[in-house]
Amino acid sequence: MERIPILKMGSFLLVTIQVDMHDQLAMNLQEDLTNRISATGARAVLIDISALDIVDSFIGRMLAGIAGMAKILDAKTVVVGMQPAVAITLVELGLSLDGIHTALNVDRGMALLRNSLELSDDEDLGAELANES
Amino acid sequence: MNHEELQIRTQSDIVLVRKAVRELTAKLGFGLTDQTKITTAASELARNTLEYGLGGHLEMETLKNDLGKSGIRLTFIDQGPGIADIALALTDGFTSGKGMGMGLSGSKRLMNEFTIDSEMGKGTRVSVTKWK
Ligand SMILES: Nc1ncnc2c1ncn2[C@@H]1O[C@H](COP(=O)(O)OP(=O)(O)OP(=O)(O)O)[C@@H](O)[C@H]1O
Ligand SMILES: [Mg+2]
Repeated sequence: MERIPILKMGSFLLVTIQVDMHDQLAMNLQEDLTNRISATGARAVLIDISALDIVDSFIGRMLAGIAGMAKILDAKTVVVGMQPAVAITLVELGLSLDGIHTALNVDRGMALLRNSLELSDDEDLGAELANES
Repeated sequence: MNHEELQIRTQSDIVLVRKAVRELTAKLGFGLTDQTKITTAASELARNTLEYGLGGHLEMETLKNDLGKSGIRLTFIDQGPGIADIALALTDGFTSGKGMGMGLSGSKRLMNEFTIDSEMGKGTRVSVTKWK
């Protein structure tokens, strides 16, 4: 079955959505992320949606679902890179994406997570990446 | 004027609808934000056609009004169970399924014109138009 890759980077999981997802693919991602968080003890999930040129109510619901599930597993979710046209459309559509943290890009998302998780420098992403490889 | 028909029978068809609508709006010269609004509305309505209407089709038309302004009209047609209470279905947050109940009301906000005809046991027809 088709799946969206999930990258582990230190104590974060990173997902870059690069395709126009059909609904089942979005559901699989939600399930896969839940499993990965619980298997790895990841503290946070970054979801890069900069390549998505629309977010409709289904994808909005999936993002909220991931954030809710992650929270139960004690991980934070940040959605990064939402295109301005997508953000404007979401507001008019009436989706509030309550409870989802957003950041302009992956770097800012990481910074936000490091701050809120109070990660020390040696828990820093680069260091852990190097350790793992 | 220009007229095209797309089947809505599977989840992949919803992806194809988004792609076709995006391409047509770009070709008509809609700005990026309007392209996004129209494509998002199409995605919502196509999913309703599939989920509640049990499948159907989309008719895409390009329009030109008396002043030479161009527009796009999308009509979603199914032969499903129909909608018992249209006003209720159009209420923000109302869903008879597991949705968020934002698809119909949100699509109405995203487009310039919105009409819905439905007959119980016969089917539903939702038509939305956006002018440049
Ligand atoms: N084509 C249709 N045929 C029959 N019923 C429909 C159709 N489209 C919408 N409905 C009814 O109208 C309700 C509201 O639709 P709407 O798209 O606003 O919300 P939803 O699909 O339930 O959730 P969301 O779109 O937010 O995921 C649906 O729950 C369904 O009962
Ligand atoms: Mg809907």
